[in-house]
Amino acid sequence: MNIEQIRSRFPILSTKVYGKDLVYLDNAATAQRPEAVLEAINALVHGSNANIHRAVHALSSKATEAYELTREAVRAYLNAEQTSEIVFTSGTTASINLVAFSFGEAFVNEGDEVIVSVAEHHSNIVPWQMMCERRKASLKVLDIDENGELKVDELEKLISERTKIVAIAQISNVLGLVNPVRKIVRICHAHGVPVLVDGAQGVVHCPLDVKATDCDFYAFSGHKMYAATGVGVLYGKEEWLDRMPPYMGGGEMIQSVSFGGTTYAAAPHKFEAGTQNFNAVPTLVPAIDFCREALSDQELIKEQEEVKKYVLDALNAIPGLKLFGVPRRTEDKISLFSFAIEGVHHEDLALLLDKMGVAVRSGQMCAEPLMDRLAVTGLVRASFAPYNGMEDAKCFTEALRRAINMLV
Amino acid sequence: MIEDFSMYDEWLDKYEYLIELGKGLEGYPEEKKTEEHLIKGCQSRVWLDCSLRDGKLYFSADSDAIITKGIISLLIGVYSGEAAEEIAADDFGFIEEIGLKENLSPTRAGGLVSMIASIKKAAEDYV
Repeated sequence: MNIEQIRSRFPILSTKVYGKDLVYLDNAATAQRPEAVLEAINALVHGSNANIHRAVHALSSKATEAYELTREAVRAYLNAEQTSEIVFTSGTTASINLVAFSFGEAFVNEGDEVIVSVAEHHSNIVPWQMMCERRKASLKVLDIDENGELKVDELEKLISERTKIVAIAQISNVLGLVNPVRKIVRICHAHGVPVLVDGAQGVVHCPLDVKATDCDFYAFSGHKMYAATGVGVLYGKEEWLDRMPPYMGGGEMIQSVSFGGTTYAAAPHKFEAGTQNFNAVPTLVPAIDFCREALSDQELIKEQEEVKKYVLDALNAIPGLKLFGVPRRTEDKISLFSFAIEGVHHEDLALLLDKMGVAVRSGQMCAEPLMDRLAVTGLVRASFAPYNGMEDAKCFTEALRRAINMLV
Repeated sequence: MIEDFSMYDEWLDKYEYLIELGKGLEGYPEEKKTEEHLIKGCQSRVWLDCSLRDGKLYFSADSDAIITKGIISLLIGVYSGEAAEEIAADDFGFIEEIGLKENLSPTRAGGLVSMIASIKKAAEDYV
């Protein structure tokens, strides 16, 4: 399989913007959806639209089956022990908030500590800050080195007997560096501290084998891995989920309700209150199929590596351009490039690139503490997906050179 | 200035023109880059100052983003040298005529609205 064949499965990629071919390089914000996912959305809405887990009628059974089969597909994809460890949410943010709340209620008390890294997305900072405030705990921060890599060696020093949980991204949405999750988990577990891995960026590039990694929680979104929007996953080890109270109360999360006292259902239903996104959840199945295919196809992988190398070289050749997140080994970086250009405002650059048909992200990228750490007001980010081939890479670097010439 | 701007068909050319305007906008005093002169609601930082001479208002401005600087340059180029009453009563209809707002990103369009509001507010203070 080559990139051209992959592209033909994504109808939106043939869109024109301002009369120019679209070069979509904002995949870290959301990926485009392949035909199989679009067909699944259509089939679900047209063929099995009914609320799940409730009624006995045929449509409801069909919808429930599609929903629960997805849980099994996700379990298999992550190599989790059992389906009860897979909770559906609305996205990574909801997954992390769930843990921050429910884990906090059960296990965090005054004087306790939570550790995050300085390179986290706001979604993996703010829920913990809120929890710390509520539980009178404090947040400690793991730093990065001058390359942007986590100072994992300092983690040990940061952990104390009051540390209750460590929350770390698998891949930073700004730096694009693959963090050594296994090592982090090993260090934390040696001190009896559980680890939440924010897989929003990671799941699409190198999904965790949760059993091998032994992480305690893994959170990710569907829309960044080609599924429909509004669906996400929280993997949680049974031993934690069983001991955590529900995050929200409502329908379907209960065992029995009375004014004398209510008892809750077991995980995962305990954490799935209210009507679930039953028309979106099953799109994870074709999305996972696509990820599997893209991650195992040698021809495609080779082409993507060439694209990554081309872009890295092209960016490094631009005078005044500073790339953030430059690892010691290229294989530790995904095709995600955040950079600043001396004397050029990131927003100007993104605006001109847009008019040339190139979609990139600019600004603080939901990582203000990291921007402060890097001493920048914002960056431009180009994030590639398997459907962005050499042609896109050349369009992007050429448009970038042109935009810089206009601005400098 | 508005005629110049309207002359270009392609938006990329229009941006080129805004960039030129931005590069040409000079003379905003560093000491006035304060919180008080900052226009709220813009993603990039924009400072605006205004003074009264012979019954007319004169604006000066700066920004750390060049296209934004071009936009504020366009605005103050149109309104500098007008009477406060006229600016305060103006509907800024030319923005719509040249289609500037529609061709900005939503955050920039919001910034444009804030710039217009700041110019109007400055004029109203002198009425």
